Amino acid sequence: MSRLLINIIRFILFILVQVFVLNKIPPLHQFIIPYLYFLFILWLPFTINRFLLLLAGFLLGLTLDYFTQTPGLHAACCTLIAYLRPFLLNLLLPQDAREQSYAEPSIRSMGWAPYSLYIVLLTAIHHIYLVLIEWLQFGDVWYFLGKITGTTAISLLLIFVTEMLFFRKARFRTNAM
Amino acid sequence: MKNIFLFIRRNFNFLCFVLLQVVCIIMLKRYSETHEAFFDSAANEITGRINQQYSGFSSYFTLKEINRQLAEQNLALLNQQKADFQATGSQHKVVLDSSFRDSTHRTRRFLMSLAQVVGNSVVEQNNYVTLDKGSAQGVKKGMSVVGPEGIVGVIINVSENYSIAMSLLNRSSRISAMLKKDKSVGSIEWDGNRTSYLTLKAIPKSAKVARGDSVLTSMYSTNFPPGMMIGTIDAVNFDPSTNFFVLRVKTATNFFTLQYVYLVENFRYDEQVNLEKATENK
Repeated sequence: MSRLLINIIRFILFILVQVFVLNKIPPLHQFIIPYLYFLFILWLPFTINRFLLLLAGFLLGLTLDYFTQTPGLHAACCTLIAYLRPFLLNLLLPQDAREQSYAEPSIRSMGWAPYSLYIVLLTAIHHIYLVLIEWLQFGDVWYFLGKITGTTAISLLLIFVTEMLFFRKARFRTNAM
Repeated sequence: MKNIFLFIRRNFNFLCFVLLQVVCIIMLKRYSETHEAFFDSAANEITGRINQQYSGFSSYFTLKEINRQLAEQNLALLNQQKADFQATGSQHKVVLDSSFRDSTHRTRRFLMSLAQVVGNSVVEQNNYVTLDKGSAQGVKKGMSVVGPEGIVGVIINVSENYSIAMSLLNRSSRISAMLKKDKSVGSIEWDGNRTSYLTLKAIPKSAKVARGDSVLTSMYSTNFPPGMMIGTIDAVNFDPSTNFFVLRVKTATNFFTLQYVYLVENFRYDEQVNLEKATENK
């Protein structure tokens, strides 16, 4: 299957899981909404054009926004992490590893430590920005800090579980998209 | 000129990023003011359709609760039937005289219709309920949504076959409410903290308030018929700086199991709202 098709299927699956499973879970606590959908952006191939990456992030966020009736909220966060992703990857990938031909970020292609750092940083940035926008609208410091901690922790747990459950075969870079 | 193009080319990605961020913020800002999103009805139509598929599946899980609610409502209606009432004696037979009712002065103000909930959120800061009736079925903005147990929200967005109601669990929701006991009128809001608990403000401290008292919609509401159940008082707090209570109200409606709701149309809605607006602008 081509990379494009796989990513389109992933896009749809992530949105459906987010909207119809994770957003439907009765709240464990007032702070916690389990977010997982942005993993789509983190899993996009290394070689993707930066402009396409931005656009993919924007579309992903906007699609979720139309389901949750918050146009712009998730889209803003997703564009932010899509914009920061290439910089972070450049920092985290050892120079010689880029010569290696893995297609997308994963534990195997990057190694445990850099991959965890990559996931943790972008997850935290996503949630901080998300809660910040909400906070600017409503305003409450404890709410702000608590929500960031709570949501980030739950998201990281979910990502960990997802990585364990769906072991992605390490694909190699080809000329085909 | 050449430098400008060079600058744009060099910073193309950054400029795109800034542009998208600005678009997002504008959308968010505009939506929080008007509740009208870009490509609104088209997006509503699509998400509504997908939500409907999901709700067709998930509705089975709440059937038991729905049955109970419907049975209770049936019971209430059955108790109002004419056959339940008997004249006090054969010599005083009560006859309903139709000519007594002056049809020119009694007109219908509220009309209810049935809708199914196809989308419902409870965990966000601003929660909405999607219904499977839209402008084609006569739904308009400002109509109120009432469940079998209590009120649910107000319609804020309508597409052809779907409509979206702002649920009581929404930061922007303000509904005029009164205490059943002494008719003091206040305003019901949600602080975004706990699902199923609302805040009733602006009830003067002179009012008699106790835990468990019913809170109903007031006569001043343009959307809701007066006297519909909102919830019961759960905790009584005093606001030391003002002369008002801050009451915590438990909603009568269980927002987790919403399935069938009634849409209430107020035939005088436009007239009342326009008059009030015109007065404000004077």
